[in-house]
Amino acid sequence: MVVSVILTTGKGMNVSSLTSQSFIERLIQEDYEFFTGVPCSLLSGLIYELESQKEGIRYVPSVREDAAVGLCVGAYLAGTMPVLLMQNSGLGYCLNAFTSLSLIYKIPTLVIMSWRGKAGKDAPEHIIMGDIDQELLKTAGMEYSILSEENCEEVLKKAKQKICDEKLPYTLIIEKGLFDERH
Amino acid sequence: MKGTEAFQELIPLIKDEPVVHANGFICRESFSLKDREANFYMIGSMGLASSIGLGVALCKPDKKVIIIDGDGNVLMAMGTLAMIAAEAPKNLIHVVIDNEVYESTGSQRSLSSKVRLEEVARSTGYKNVLRVEKREEIKAAFLKLKDSAGPNFLLIKVEPGFDPATGRVTHTPEEITDRFMQAIG
Repeated sequence: MVVSVILTTGKGMNVSSLTSQSFIERLIQEDYEFFTGVPCSLLSGLIYELESQKEGIRYVPSVREDAAVGLCVGAYLAGTMPVLLMQNSGLGYCLNAFTSLSLIYKIPTLVIMSWRGKAGKDAPEHIIMGDIDQELLKTAGMEYSILSEENCEEVLKKAKQKICDEKLPYTLIIEKGLFDERH
Repeated sequence: MKGTEAFQELIPLIKDEPVVHANGFICRESFSLKDREANFYMIGSMGLASSIGLGVALCKPDKKVIIIDGDGNVLMAMGTLAMIAAEAPKNLIHVVIDNEVYESTGSQRSLSSKVRLEEVARSTGYKNVLRVEKREEIKAAFLKLKDSAGPNFLLIKVEPGFDPATGRVTHTPEEITDRFMQAIG
């Protein structure tokens, strides 16, 4: 399966292109099969791709981020590798689900979390969480990486290692502009 | 009927089905009565037994999956009822032991004396919904729901009266994960 496209930039350098489609295909290739979450505009391209998938791949809309954690836990218990997509505002809603469920039961999940409120430049409701979300993850003992086109392969490998070997959640932080938005 | 009596009636009806238990006395009653490897005891994360059970049911469509929930848990996660109804797994049975209080924390009142949870489930779109108030009604109701395509909902009204001497789950969370996963394959 071709999952990345080689593009030639104006400067003549070769870079592999990370798109919503190539990333979702890459996750499926990594055996992630069960997807759920609460939408964010920064993740709208990814969710669109998930909803466009055919056999075997399921995206279940969750009503809250803590319910999404529960759903991922159930999927994993049933032998399916889960992925949770959410805005960083949802981290507040689901922190206890991680600390009193996923982390203590050793039930991993790949978390794809958008970064609203980066550097204080966003709507007021995003500013505080945009400032503290990475500290919250660290405090809870949940490792993360800020995903980029350049580090994608390395980060997916690290996430897989944490998930499969240590049975811990791993979070990929998504900045605005990394993936296309669908409105 | 006391909560304990509801468990005494319900548990023998469960064969090899995976069962996801809500926290508090739900876990403790079931564990004390009959510990099973296919029991997932959710000791924290109140409200999430229903979403955990939904995840298991969606990913194991060939197995009947049972959630044993409490009224406080359901009230905390009423949106999950909508998720269950929308995803509509045929293999899911959602049992709620409704004592109208948060008994594990000192019997503070919940809202289920005023809000009929089975009507909430029905209006979200559960396929079959039953409510029982007598011990002798539990067996027929549960077996009927087990034999009908779900998602199905059984509300069992009980009186408060949990015995605080009832044991706590002695397995570690990691052990609960490992044995549940092995048991359901």
